[in-house]
Amino acid sequence: MPGILIYAEVQKGEIKKGSFEVTSKAKELGGEVSACIIGSGVEALAPELAKYGADKIYVVDGPEFEKYEPEAYVQAFAQVAEKVKPGIIFTSATAQGKDFTPALAARLKVGSISDCVDLSMSGDKAVAKRPMYAGKAYAMVEAVGNPQVFSIRPNSFPVNESAGAGAIEKVTVNLDSSKIKTMVKSVEIAASEEPDQTEAEIIVSGGRGMKGPENFKMLEDLAHTFGPTATTGASRAAVDAGWRDHAYQVGQTGKTVSPNLYIACGISGAIQHLAGMGTSKVIVAINKDPEAPIFTKADFGVVDDLFKVVPPLTEEVKKIKG
Amino acid sequence: MNTVVCMKQVPDTETLIKINAEGTGIVTEGVKWVMGPYDEYGVEEALQQKEKFKAGKVTIVSLGPDRAIEAIRTGLAMGADTAVHINDAAFYEKADPYATASALAAAIKDLEYDVIFCGKQAIDDDSGQVPAILGELLGLPVITQVIKLEVADDKSKATVTREVEGGHAIIDVPLPAILTAQKGLNEPRYASLPGIMKAKKKPVDVKTVADLGVSVEPMTVIKEMSLPPARQAGKIIEGEDAAEKAKALAKALHEEAKLI
Repeated sequence: MPGILIYAEVQKGEIKKGSFEVTSKAKELGGEVSACIIGSGVEALAPELAKYGADKIYVVDGPEFEKYEPEAYVQAFAQVAEKVKPGIIFTSATAQGKDFTPALAARLKVGSISDCVDLSMSGDKAVAKRPMYAGKAYAMVEAVGNPQVFSIRPNSFPVNESAGAGAIEKVTVNLDSSKIKTMVKSVEIAASEEPDQTEAEIIVSGGRGMKGPENFKMLEDLAHTFGPTATTGASRAAVDAGWRDHAYQVGQTGKTVSPNLYIACGISGAIQHLAGMGTSKVIVAINKDPEAPIFTKADFGVVDDLFKVVPPLTEEVKKIKG
Repeated sequence: MNTVVCMKQVPDTETLIKINAEGTGIVTEGVKWVMGPYDEYGVEEALQQKEKFKAGKVTIVSLGPDRAIEAIRTGLAMGADTAVHINDAAFYEKADPYATASALAAAIKDLEYDVIFCGKQAIDDDSGQVPAILGELLGLPVITQVIKLEVADDKSKATVTREVEGGHAIIDVPLPAILTAQKGLNEPRYASLPGIMKAKKKPVDVKTVADLGVSVEPMTVIKEMSLPPARQAGKIIEGEDAAEKAKALAKALHEEAKLI
């Protein structure tokens, strides 16, 4: 079993759940599990990776890594990879992971396999399952080069506590600053504590049936009632109408999501939308049109006016949650 | 301002995907092919920048079989000036992101450009890797998921807004650079009738991979393709009125699905 090196991503002072998911998966596959964490003031977070199976944790910590900048991060990680010589690299296919991973693989002169939803070993080769056409099809893909690099879609693997040796090593990297051409001037993150749609466990989504931007408040209320792992989404129709920002769009030209629960409100279910949320574990459709295609994919359907269903649903969920 | 736009022709988003008998690819018969939606934002941005600077040239570069010429002509009809069509069906068949980027880099390296636009991903294989590899091969900085672009008057640098998790980041980058277009960057125009007529006469430089001197083996290999398991319609929640149905739904989510 080749050694596995994980990129542990830090956002808002915490390691992302997706990084723990890939650490857990690495531990399950066997072999030596290493992780590399990069940032400013991140050393204290390193022991958490040991809980999920990291035997060795490399820490690249310095003020120059305060803001994510792909070139600096790629240089740092590549130097750690040079030292560790892993056979396999895992990252989580978060928003940052999707920026970082292809750049890292290109630097290591290998190909990477992105957004994998499953993975198994065949000898020294990892074979990944990944969606294509936003989930209308799946491919089993193998990497030819060494190391084999995979970014793994959040929520694909469970987080399991299974301790690794957890030896922590601080690494000093030499950055070639002549290659760092971009300068991050500012980063503005909305105050909202909602998770990204690709990482959320529950998504309450609205479509054309929402009738206007003001009505999305109702979906936000329902999402908040479910708790901090829930967020809202939107169909292309709602985004193209200008009711919701594109960051909320679920579907082939938006985000492909895989939550435990997807509640589609006033969404008819265009092919490109169904592709983007078809792997949700449980789908609920609320739509007054009984012929809406979304009902053919939904585990639970409510044929009624969403404006009359969602508010009492929020109240019922509140009661159950106590 | 001179720009290059990397463009891929892909199945329209309303396409129902079927897997071929060999299980290695999709059935292409009956597919409606279109310009990649994110590439379309790239073409539009290139045209807007050219209009703003009142000078320059927009070149579309595309790797694809014969049919790709239709999407190339669409880009020319929107207003692009010239195109390079890397028409090499054998190479295209097995090209992974690394091989694709290598061919594009070879075609682009002798062109003049201040910015290279790519879509943030092609919506067929959804890899989102070609721009990063292209940046590595051409030695250019890459900024992904761009939703706003302001190029300095002297074209020496640009200020770029990119989508990040939960918000956006504003980044300064010297030009030339590679920018990947995200929805929100602009509203792509439709080709006008005169545009479509003119496009027929615009030059398209057709090259094979051998012409470009590229010999790259793919680094990732698709072993097998399959369709997702079909989802069955589940149960319709019944009730006297909407409030009753809401109550029954909450109960089902709590007791049956155990999600609350």
